[in-house]
Amino acid sequence: MIREQEDIIIQTVCRIFIPFMQIYGLYVLAHGHGSPGGGFQGGCIFAASFILMAIAYDLDEVKRRFAEKLNIFFCSLGVFIYAGVGWLCLLLGGNFLDYGKLSVILPIDPVMARYYGIAAVETGVQITVMAIMVSIFLNLVTGGTHEEEMQKTRV
Amino acid sequence: MKKLIGIVIAIAVLIVLMYGAEDLPPWADPGQPASLHVSPRYIERAFEETGVPNIVTAVLADYRGYDTLFETAVIFTAGVAVLMLLRRRLP
Amino acid sequence: MLGLYSMMAKNNLMKKLIGMNIFQWAIILYFISIGAKRGAQIPIVAQTHSHGQEIALHATDYINPLPHVLMLTAIVVGVATTGIALALLVILYKRYGTLEEDEIIEALKK
Repeated sequence: MIREQEDIIIQTVCRIFIPFMQIYGLYVLAHGHGSPGGGFQGGCIFAASFILMAIAYDLDEVKRRFAEKLNIFFCSLGVFIYAGVGWLCLLLGGNFLDYGKLSVILPIDPVMARYYGIAAVETGVQITVMAIMVSIFLNLVTGGTHEEEMQKTRV
Repeated sequence: MKKLIGIVIAIAVLIVLMYGAEDLPPWADPGQPASLHVSPRYIERAFEETGVPNIVTAVLADYRGYDTLFETAVIFTAGVAVLMLLRRRLP
Repeated sequence: MLGLYSMMAKNNLMKKLIGMNIFQWAIILYFISIGAKRGAQIPIVAQTHSHGQEIALHATDYINPLPHVLMLTAIVVGVATTGIALALLVILYKRYGTLEEDEIIEALKK
């Protein structure tokens, strides 16, 4: 009985909390230019919102919101974005990861091309870090089987 | 027995490290060799060359962008390794 | 030192892993403390409004950004190592039923 009431309080609070955590993670990524932050930090905060969802709710809830195949797809998407930006700079006539050459296709001067190159690269890093953190956590918690049995062992 | 050997080795390493720490330059000195060769160039030219006020992000993603690419590859490999170790019996 | 001692002398594998983590964070903190300068600010350029004029930045006004950059990479490597070590501990526990080091070595000798 006490267990049921405790669950309702935690679930209600987490329902309000989780979208704000995700917005904060995106905020840290977007303001990585002006204040401390960037890709790695925003990715960890974003992943922490999914881990909170797994702790407060059932494991089935996380699997319903964020499927396993989408998770694995996001892991490699981030590395792809990073290498893709570098390869694009190579195609446009500069060195690998030389963001100044992006001003050939975008209508901006080379200084701001480096600005947007850094922003795109940090987005790729954030997506990868977020997906990997959630994947490692789910694998460790369930022991690899991803079943509901581990969650039902509450006394 | 093992704990005794552990304590002795730890104290020996501590004494060696503190003996070697006397040769370090004084703390928070602007003239130390760690901040003389390349770092003033990064600080002075990062804002005009990239337009990003945060020097740490500019160095991490632009001047040392190659390191960050392989850093992302490292964390990706760690995730794949945990996946391979733990998910053996697929239904 | 605490990390080194617990990696060597403790019997339980989980405590050894915690010792490795302590060791690693101590080294990261030490490296970041190398880059400090007396009377200087964090490496984020403060005045950005005068966009057309020249902004003169002196290297003695800002602390060294290089240790911060390298330690970001080191933290991520630490997270990867801890994750894989925990996965190995899960497999060891499933196989031998215990996490004590000498019991596992006894079971391996048979």
